[in-house]
Amino acid sequence: MADDTETADTETAETEAADTEAADQETAEEAAPEVETAYGCPVTYSRGQKVIHPSRGEWLDVAVQLLADGWNMCVDVTSVDYLSYGVARELPAGVNAERFEVVASFISHSRAERIRVRIQVPGDDPTVGSLYALYPGSDYLEREVFDLMGISFEGHPDMSRILMPETWQGHPLRKDYEVGVIPVQFKAPAGKGSE
Amino acid sequence: MTLITNVQDQGLEGLDHNVITAPIEQLVNWARARSSWPATFGLACCAIEMMATGGSHYDLARLGMEVFRASPRQADVMIVAGRVSQKMAPVLRQIYDQMMEPKWVISMGVCASSGGMFNNYAIVQGVDQIVPVDVYAPGCPPGPETLLHAITTLHTKIETGELLQRRQETGAGANLTVEQLDGQGVSQVVQIGKKA
Amino acid sequence: MTAVEQAPVADTTDVAETIDPASGQLDKLPRRHSVLRMSEVRAAELMDSDPIDGENDQTMLMNMGPSHPSTHGVLRLMLELDGETVVRSKPVVGYLHTGMEKTAETLTFLQGPTNVTRMDYAAPLFNELVFSLATEELIGMEVPPRATWIRMLMCELNRISSHLLFMATNGMDLGAVSMMIYGWREREQVLRFFQKVTGLRMNHNYIRPGGVAADLPDGWRDDVLALMEMLPPRLEEYDILMTGQPIWRDRLQGVGVISQDEAIALSATGPILRSTGVAWDLRREMPYLAYPDVDFDIVVGSYGDSFDRYAIRLNEIRESMRIVHQCLDMMPEGDYRAGDAKVTPPPRARIDESMEALIHHFKIFTEGFKVPEGEVYVAVESPRGELGCYMVSDGGSHPYRMHIRGPSFVNLQTMPHMMADSLIADAVAVISSVDPILGEVDR
Repeated sequence: MADDTETADTETAETEAADTEAADQETAEEAAPEVETAYGCPVTYSRGQKVIHPSRGEWLDVAVQLLADGWNMCVDVTSVDYLSYGVARELPAGVNAERFEVVASFISHSRAERIRVRIQVPGDDPTVGSLYALYPGSDYLEREVFDLMGISFEGHPDMSRILMPETWQGHPLRKDYEVGVIPVQFKAPAGKGSE
Repeated sequence: MTLITNVQDQGLEGLDHNVITAPIEQLVNWARARSSWPATFGLACCAIEMMATGGSHYDLARLGMEVFRASPRQADVMIVAGRVSQKMAPVLRQIYDQMMEPKWVISMGVCASSGGMFNNYAIVQGVDQIVPVDVYAPGCPPGPETLLHAITTLHTKIETGELLQRRQETGAGANLTVEQLDGQGVSQVVQIGKKA
Repeated sequence: MTAVEQAPVADTTDVAETIDPASGQLDKLPRRHSVLRMSEVRAAELMDSDPIDGENDQTMLMNMGPSHPSTHGVLRLMLELDGETVVRSKPVVGYLHTGMEKTAETLTFLQGPTNVTRMDYAAPLFNELVFSLATEELIGMEVPPRATWIRMLMCELNRISSHLLFMATNGMDLGAVSMMIYGWREREQVLRFFQKVTGLRMNHNYIRPGGVAADLPDGWRDDVLALMEMLPPRLEEYDILMTGQPIWRDRLQGVGVISQDEAIALSATGPILRSTGVAWDLRREMPYLAYPDVDFDIVVGSYGDSFDRYAIRLNEIRESMRIVHQCLDMMPEGDYRAGDAKVTPPPRARIDESMEALIHHFKIFTEGFKVPEGEVYVAVESPRGELGCYMVSDGGSHPYRMHIRGPSFVNLQTMPHMMADSLIADAVAVISSVDPILGEVDR
């Protein structure tokens, strides 16, 4: 943990460098000089990839803006359970870390760019607004998140399990769900058995 | 009928055509071994290799097995090719139950045989928990050579009638394991401890 | 397996109708009522029920799969039929769910490719590639140029073998069984080269973080050239056998049509999106590896039907061959994996001489290497579309979370829309032309 400060420094340096890059592209919305925002949400850069952090409440409004701004395809919706994440997450000021995170990726065909959205979802109330009406392509992806992570999407027409059997209990990708390893039994071949 | 009267009248001299006599059981087993139609039960990666075995190079038709039957009622051998998930397990058992006796099962690949590298909540750790297995083909996936080896092993056992007798006694599979034969043509023997 | 019900069933109404679509893309899906939403329990009940006497406008619920020869593995379709016409449909997946994303959390970054390569088993090298690229992005490392070019060469050959597999199964599904034999014949030749390079016909675990597992073997250039010589006349055979053939055209043209708006709204990628006329290929639009350095065309269709998707894949084989030829010309000399001692094991010869190298080798394979914390999304163009990998690391040697965005999984959503109001025989053509690989759908 001694080099925590070092990594933090390099991270901010990276972020600043990326900031200046992005400033060239985005002149439309300029807020406080320290925290870059886009669509009213704080922006960070993870390995040079643009990530915005809306709150759960403003998420669908942001999605409407994204669609209007030419992000015409929702390529991916997934989720992460940060229950046992050992280190502090790098989140912009004003965003409180919660147990779950829903991550959606968008693509703009006209600009050939990507943007990623990370929404904090508390563990005691794992719900978030559904993208279905805006981006119907998120249908299966949201069902997968519901199935494996147990986050339900409000407004989705069919919030049911997709990969696991319908009667399955629990959500396998949660960190408090066991991998389910069964110890391997070695069977001796016929005639060579010890018994 | 003339054959019978000829033999009655003239003894062995009366056999003016080629005739083979054999116990009916052996004839049936011979026929079974040479036209054991597989059920299409391709699940994952192994299914691709199973289809490759049916392709022109390896030519499963040589063994009378090119007719992959979509209906389990017309199939004799079930080649479980790939990992069996918890969701698929009841389906697999249903298809096995729909097959007519006598029937045999080849477990193709390590996932079907033991769960393979996927020891987790989703995968059944060995298809032998659901259906009796006669031959296990190792490999991930087993190449066509290994599958052919497993198939010929099964055929031999069918022809001798061994597998049928065993099934009558216990209802269990034969649990034979064949060796992996893939890439035998290119492998080299390396002696450990000696420099080349 | 069939029974009759009264249409429409109450519990399948589109709940989204109550949502105001506002400016959403839902409005761009005119056939969204063709999506059947019904639980398996409800479907089983309906299948057991008797037809209602005297009703003439009843539809039939039919189950297709999961063990069905034309559903490509273990896809299951719930079809609501009016006579022989598909009214609504629902793809039911999960019969091959392997828990790979969970398993990935227990494997180190070095073991990771072994796991992901079993997802899209028709194009295993792409899975390894996207996993390795995501890991390298998190570490922030560079791979040597030779590794990049080997990756490109192998991936394009893999694209060829994957599309050949499509040619075989597509032919088989539509009754052109001889096409299946031809497809396998050519694919076998490509696999033989893979076996020579990687040791395995499938599931290679060849592309790894930091480079590739081994250098190309002696004589690889001749092998690739032989392949490149073998393929063009065979592809012309396909053209004669299928492309210009009236039966083949009748079977595919105008079947499974999807519009550009629908494809985009449903997040379709790969040949499905390109068949509608969108020239979107990640190799060109968001280049990775050394794709900016090679010259190739993106094949697009104009009608968005099954025939376009067939023709796109056939011609993508030709484009891939162009790239392979350029890889042959431009393959640089050098190391096939990064010299970064933290990530790649020491060369075999060093282990015999140096104790440190042996310890290092041991540690890398038992503990793995550490990857700095962070999250990243990387995507490549697989034969089926955008194959993405979202990876979160907490600074340890195992991924904290690894998610694969499988193109087959997302593309499946287009199926009910393509099948709407078509015959059940055409539904088979649609399944085939979407070309889903169930290992990737269910992961």
